[in-house]
This record gives sequence, C-alpha cells and structure tokens, in this order.
Amino acid sequence: MSILQLSGVGKSYTEYPSFRHRLLSWLGMPSSKLKSHRILEDINLTLERGDAVAFVGQNGAGKSTLLKLITGVLSPSEGVIEVRGGISAILELGMGFNGDFTGRENARNTLSIMGYHPEEIEQVMPDLQAFSEVGDYFDQPVRIYSSGMQMRVAFAVATVFQPEILIIDEALSVGDAYFQHKSFGRIRELQAQGTTLLIVSHDKQAIQSICNRAILLDQGRVKKEGAPVEVMDYYNALIAAKSHSEIQVTPTSDGGLQTISGDGQARIGEVKLYNSRGLEADELGVGELATLSIQVEVNQPLERLVCGFMLKERFGQVIFGSNTWFSEQVLEDLKVAEPLSFEVQFEARLGVGSYSCTLALTGGATHLENNYHWVDLALVFKVINLDKVEFIGTNWLDPQFTIQRG
Amino acid sequence: MYSGKVKAKIQQLVDNRFFIFTAIKMDFKARFSRSVFGTLWAILNPLVMVAIYAFILSKIMQAKLPGIENSYAYPIYLISGIVGWTLFTEVVSRSLVVFIENGHYLKKLAFPRSNLVFVILGASFINSLILVVASLVIFLMLDFPPGSSFLWLIPLEILTALFALGIGITVGVLNVFLRDIGQVVPIVLQLMFWLTPIVYTINIIPEQSQHWLEFNPFFIIAGMYHDILAYRVDPQLSSFVKLSIMAGLANVLGFALYKVAQKEIVEEL
Repeated sequence: MSILQLSGVGKSYTEYPSFRHRLLSWLGMPSSKLKSHRILEDINLTLERGDAVAFVGQNGAGKSTLLKLITGVLSPSEGVIEVRGGISAILELGMGFNGDFTGRENARNTLSIMGYHPEEIEQVMPDLQAFSEVGDYFDQPVRIYSSGMQMRVAFAVATVFQPEILIIDEALSVGDAYFQHKSFGRIRELQAQGTTLLIVSHDKQAIQSICNRAILLDQGRVKKEGAPVEVMDYYNALIAAKSHSEIQVTPTSDGGLQTISGDGQARIGEVKLYNSRGLEADELGVGELATLSIQVEVNQPLERLVCGFMLKERFGQVIFGSNTWFSEQVLEDLKVAEPLSFEVQFEARLGVGSYSCTLALTGGATHLENNYHWVDLALVFKVINLDKVEFIGTNWLDPQFTIQRG
Repeated sequence: MYSGKVKAKIQQLVDNRFFIFTAIKMDFKARFSRSVFGTLWAILNPLVMVAIYAFILSKIMQAKLPGIENSYAYPIYLISGIVGWTLFTEVVSRSLVVFIENGHYLKKLAFPRSNLVFVILGASFINSLILVVASLVIFLMLDFPPGSSFLWLIPLEILTALFALGIGITVGVLNVFLRDIGQVVPIVLQLMFWLTPIVYTINIIPEQSQHWLEFNPFFIIAGMYHDILAYRVDPQLSSFVKLSIMAGLANVLGFALYKVAQKEIVEEL
C-alpha cells in the first residue's frame, strides 16, 4: 500500500479587501470583490515506502506549499491527501524553535509536540546533541545561534527518531559543507531503513544522488515527472526557455530521454568524437587524447556566440564542463550561414564507464542569457581501461605509490 | 456519531498528554526562567493588587460587610472576587494571543491544535490553584476558615475557565486577522473589572442602576465567588445554570468561529 497519496489536490488563497469581507464570507456571504490566488492545481501523486522524491521548480512554483499540505500545516482547498505514516518535516528552514529557549529545550518541545514520550526524548537527547555538534551552544538560547547552527539542531531533531516520511524544504542548502555531508549520510541511512523522503532543493547534485524520482512544478502544476536526470535536464532547459524557444524531449535508443532547448538562432549540427588515432569512436581508453568536433549553423546574425560542453557520468553528475567564454574565445558578429565548427581536444582522464556529452550554444557565460541551442546527450561514449592499473571512480588521477617498509 | 467524536477527542487528549504537560511546564519556565522568585510572581501580582486596594480603600470600606463575620471583611471580600477575576482574565488574555504567539509552531509543525487550548487551561488552573491556596492561608491567618460551601469552588473554577476560554478563542481567532482586537480586549477587560462589584460592593451603586450591572457577564461569576469564599454560603443553582449556558454559548461561538477560520489562520500568520 502506498504511503502517501494525493488526488486532485489544489490550493488557493482568498484575498479579502478588508476584515469585513472576511467576516461576511465566513458567514456564508462571499462578496464579489474577493480575489482568489491559485497556488496549486490538480496535483496527483502516489508514493511508495522508501521512495525519494525531489520537487524542483522556480520560486513561486508551489513546492513549499505542496510540502506544507502534505505535512498537514496547511489544508488543501480541494482534493484528498492520504498519509499513512508519521511525518517529520523541516519547513522553511526550521522546526518552529522559540528563540528564548535553549537548543535542548527547543528539541524537547518540538519532539513532544510531535508526540514523543518524555522518557524517549531524554533517551535520545545525548545522540541528538552529539549529532548536531553545536557543542556548548546546545544549552544556550537559540536566538544567539547562527542560521547554520539552528539548522543543525533542526535536522538532528527531525531525524533522531526514524520518521516514516521525512520532508525537507530547502534546508539542506543551509549549513557548511561538513554538515551537508553529514546530513546526506544520515538521509541515506534513513532511506536504507525505509524512510520515504520528500525534498525541495535546488541542488542538482543532491537530487540526483539521493532521489529516485523528481517532480517539476511550474505555476502550480506538475510539468514533468520522472527520473531525476531527465527532469533536471528538462528543468534546466525550462529556465533557459525564452519566449521563442521550445523544449523538445525525445527518447534515446537506450531508453533515456534527451532534452533539447533553445531559440534556434544558432544550432548544433553534426557532433563527432575522434580517438587519439584520429578515427571516429564511441569508446576511449583511460587517459586517451580525444577530440570532439562540433558543426554549428548560424541562423540569425549574432552579436556573440559561446560554445560549451559538459561531460556527465551515467547518473547525470557533471564530471566536467566549460565553454569558450571561460577560455576567452568568444566569437563576435556572426553572419548567417557562416561556416563554423568547434573542436575540443581533451585527455579522457576518466574512470571506466559510460559518459554523455551535453553541448550548448549561448550568448554568454551561462545558458541563462540567450540560449541558442542546448542539447543533452548529444553524444554518448564509453571509457575502457586498456593500459592503466585497475581503479575505481570517475577520474583517472595517475597515482604513484611510494612505499617505505622497515 | 457525536459520541464517537467525543471519544476520539478524549483519545487524542490522552495521546497528547505528554506534550500538554511538557508545554505547561515550559510555560512556567518561560515566564519565570530568569527570575529569582519564580512561581511566586504568579500569586504576588494579585496579592499586591489586594493589598493596594485594601490599604487605600480600607478607610472607606471600614464598615463591616453584612454577611461576613470578621473584622477584616473587606480584604476577604476583595480576595474572593480577585481569585475569580484572575482566572478569568488570564484565560481570556492568553487565548487572545494563543495563535499569534504559537505562530512559529503552527506554521511548521502539524499537531492537534486544540492542545494549545489545553495548555492554557492547564497553566491557568495551576496558577489559580496557587492563588486559592495562598488566599486560604491568608483567610486562616485572619481567622476565617472556609465553610462547607468551599467545594463549590471546583465546579465554579471549571465553568469560569470554560466561559473565559470561549470568549478567549473568539477574540483570539479574530485577533489573527484584525490586530486591533488585541488592543481592544484589555480595555474591555478593564471596563468589566470596574463594572463588577469586586473592589466595591453592589450597594454603593444606586439601586435603580444596579440591574445594568447584570449585563456584565462577569457579574454572576463574581457573585458566586463572593458567596462561596466570603459569605460562605452555597451559590444559587440558578447562577450555575446561567453560567453553564454562558460558557456553552461562548464555546459554541468560539469553536464555530475557529472551525470556519482554521484554514486561514496559518495562512495569515
């Protein structure tokens, strides 16, 4: 049985011109002057135990509202939310801490509101304190904490008892790298024990490494749903989408989805990969010198053109990416149909496995300004180990062991 | 179906008892955490009020109060009324801000919201209990032991708190949306206090005007506190009936309003 089910869930806020209008509407006499703001519309979602879902989307897309509805802090305007498990949620970067109380007292309070027995709470308190690593501050009022420290305590409180559903809204991006690592470790641990995870995050890497599903919300609706890699690629394209550009998603031969976006003022044509012997290849040896060749069509006169490439491992993590903006080779004043091609030479110092290449033509350093053409999975190649020692990971570091014995 | 609802509510209350206990404890802690006298302040405030009135007004009120056989009749009368008033105002003024003050919890945690109400009731009862005990000690020192009517104080305290709760929830909900309420209520309470015979006795008001006081909802309650604590007679049953009806109506109003506004409260905070 699914642990969480949303059917036809929507949320809208009513804006009352004045208190009088609000009172009248409570009494069943709504005025015609009421304005309704729709935040979420027709959300359908079924989660199984152990699922990990990331909600992505631009600010105001309705992600936080959706998590609040699922948590039960807000109630839906229409639709049904069925939750079959205890929820632990960090909404809006906190757990309702009171600044005058100490970290310990707040932890105790919040856990008791969540329904835990005082004895259970006292039992886990040492663990909680140890996990939060705020040291002596644990017995100081929360108002003197930094936001990172508050987050540490909040995260420790939210995860000290294994929740059936863990909801984290943005919180993972607060706090230093060290605590982020630690939090992810804890989340993975909980996942392994069967916790269902719902997160809102803008951290692509985090989403792809811990979630098995991603849901893209746009203007209160589910725009796309699927594997994190596909959804993130689509989202990426969406942010870049300008009025003229369209996003196109096509299935690839290996069952994945390829996202193409851009306004088409310039287009990527033929893309080829050559090995060190100058032969077209879809396999490279570890450390082999490779050349990527990209044909470009210019369809409109362009002021500036930047070509970028990015290598991703098979889970969609970016291994490397750069462009001609950063290499200070920006092309200027391009004419229509001007013959143009790029060659990128690089050493494939990569681990054994399959890699994809994303290509982009833009007008600046990022695809957020003038996205002409963006092609995910423009090319896929394999790296095989021909002449190197055995190793794991995505990078070949050419290690030299020096051993002193005795 | 209704009994099922009540059962569920009671079950929920039992399930949440630890939170309610913890919250009451934290409530005391929050108020007195950085003070030397701690809980003592909870009773000091009303007692100082009694002392001031007794001191200032003792000359005027020196005349024995008919029905109270004690040379300290006036302080006894005053304390009796203030015990009731303290409970009433505490519940009202805390309910007035219950949603606003707990906004940080309401916005971030899902829990039975009625727990907050029980925390108010619990904390106010404990305060009132302390005040009652302190009053009894004073009464005994004044050689004025409580009579058999004393037990009536239990239902009276409960009904008074419930009545106050109904009013408190009503103004508390409204206060979320219209913050003027938070300013108006203390003024109204002030008026109510002086329009009730607590500091003075009813007979100083011209007889033809006395019936106006009956429009003051606290009038009945004060009368009952006086009966039980000062005059040591059983309060009239009709007063209990009236108070029960008032408490019932106030709570129906308060909770009906809460139910309608519930969805919007968190959105507004």
